[in-house]
Amino acid sequence: MTTAPQTLQMPPGRRRTSPRTRARVTRAVQYTALATALVAVVLLTDWANVSSQLFDPAVAADLAGRMPHALWNTVRYTLGAFAVGLPLGALLAFMKLSSVGPYRWIATAYIEFFRGIPALLVVLSVGFAVPIAFGVSIPSMLAKASIALGVVASAYIAETLRAGIEAVPKGQVEAARSLGMSHGRTLVQVVVPQAFRIVLPPMTNEVILLTKDTSLVFLLGMQVAEYELTKIGRDALSTAQGGLTALFVAGACYLVITLPLGQLTRWLERRTAAKGRGR
Amino acid sequence: MSADPADGDGVVVSVQDLHKSFGEREVLRGIDLDVAAGEVVCVIGPSGSGKSTLLRCVNLLEQPTSGRIDVLGVEVTDPDVDIDRVRTHVGMVFQQFNLFGHRSVLENCTMAQRGVLRRSRDEAERIALANLERVGLADRAHAMPGQLSGGQQQRVAIARALSMDPRLMLFDEPTSALDPELVGDVLGVMRDLADAGMTMIVVTHEMAFAREVGDRVVFMDDGVVVESGPPDQVIGAPLQERTRTFLQRVLDPTHRHPQE
Repeated sequence: MTTAPQTLQMPPGRRRTSPRTRARVTRAVQYTALATALVAVVLLTDWANVSSQLFDPAVAADLAGRMPHALWNTVRYTLGAFAVGLPLGALLAFMKLSSVGPYRWIATAYIEFFRGIPALLVVLSVGFAVPIAFGVSIPSMLAKASIALGVVASAYIAETLRAGIEAVPKGQVEAARSLGMSHGRTLVQVVVPQAFRIVLPPMTNEVILLTKDTSLVFLLGMQVAEYELTKIGRDALSTAQGGLTALFVAGACYLVITLPLGQLTRWLERRTAAKGRGR
Repeated sequence: MSADPADGDGVVVSVQDLHKSFGEREVLRGIDLDVAAGEVVCVIGPSGSGKSTLLRCVNLLEQPTSGRIDVLGVEVTDPDVDIDRVRTHVGMVFQQFNLFGHRSVLENCTMAQRGVLRRSRDEAERIALANLERVGLADRAHAMPGQLSGGQQQRVAIARALSMDPRLMLFDEPTSALDPELVGDVLGVMRDLADAGMTMIVVTHEMAFAREVGDRVVFMDDGVVVESGPPDQVIGAPLQERTRTFLQRVLDPTHRHPQE
């Protein structure tokens, strides 16, 4: 039996351009718009003012000497806050997953509260309200920053960890328990290591956000030795020439911390993924 | 209740009037089942009949609603039971393998040996390798689970369970998630295990396996045991209408039952 050759019936109407041609035209239009915008920005910028008030090389060079110490302080405050936030966040995450009702309620209330109020208020409270309420003032800037920012970060970290733990398939727990492993051992040896991999990218986000939140602690009043990036940037604004240059230098310093963090996660992700496949 | 699970002679599992509900839905409606030492019991039945739930109640992955279960002389339905201790003696193999993805094949087989049985690393690895050898995968000991085929993963899961020296093995549809060409290897391992005298409860859709390897076949439907007996009887010449209907569908899926 032979069949007649089948041809595709094109819809009637005017002759259409092919999808490929249309895609090319659209892209050309997009590139043109982008290029036009760039040229406009360059032409409209007052370059003389920019170099004297935003990127004054002399002022920047002047500040450069003080930046490493400030950068180090920013890193210290970040690490301190993370050292408080991670264990507290882990505790809250386990409380939220607990079968004990009151634990869940307390954790939920804590998380909702500290996620819902500005970090600025917490920083100010730790600096000024805690001494009034408890009659103790927290001695060092590092301790104040770690507690204030750690308390806020723990709320976010708790949610990240909880989601990570819940993303580990239930069958993993059942397999471990079937082998006679206790609840705790299962958590430590089976659930947490696998949750770690899931949690890594969002956790980097937390650290990056934390790094930037250290820009709030200068409000508590600082000794020179305690200055971090934002404080230096702000001080230099009022004392030095060069307009906003100091803020731009400080901003660049934050990138010195946050960009490698992003690289680090990507590296860790690649490594754990490779390990899952057996290198 | 004895302090240590009893020796392997006599009855290994005893289920009496077991009921299990998930919310309003009653999945098990009064199950009685005894499994003797060395016996291979195959549980068959349509999906949703409660056979997996029955199996999961035996090692308390599901908490029974009422009834009594004794495993190796220990009443596991006793609220004060040390279930972790009983589970050490009861191996379980899952439909989805459930290997620990972050650990190598060898580590999958040694983790509980070292952590629960407190065996030394050397001893645990020796036992693990012997069991991997038994399932034909000793050469993949250092692979990660993700590098193995489904059939290989399931054989590792069996080796992992065997490494605990279990007195009873529970299989929950161990071949249902496998590509057809990989089923044979897993069933082969299970047959060897049965030949070696292991007490086994196998929830399965593999009728040929149930018929050849099973000492007894239990047909479940709608939360009850409809029929139980030697494979040749239950599969070959079922007494109950429901069993016949089920077997017709399984053995000849294109066949339409006249009542439909």
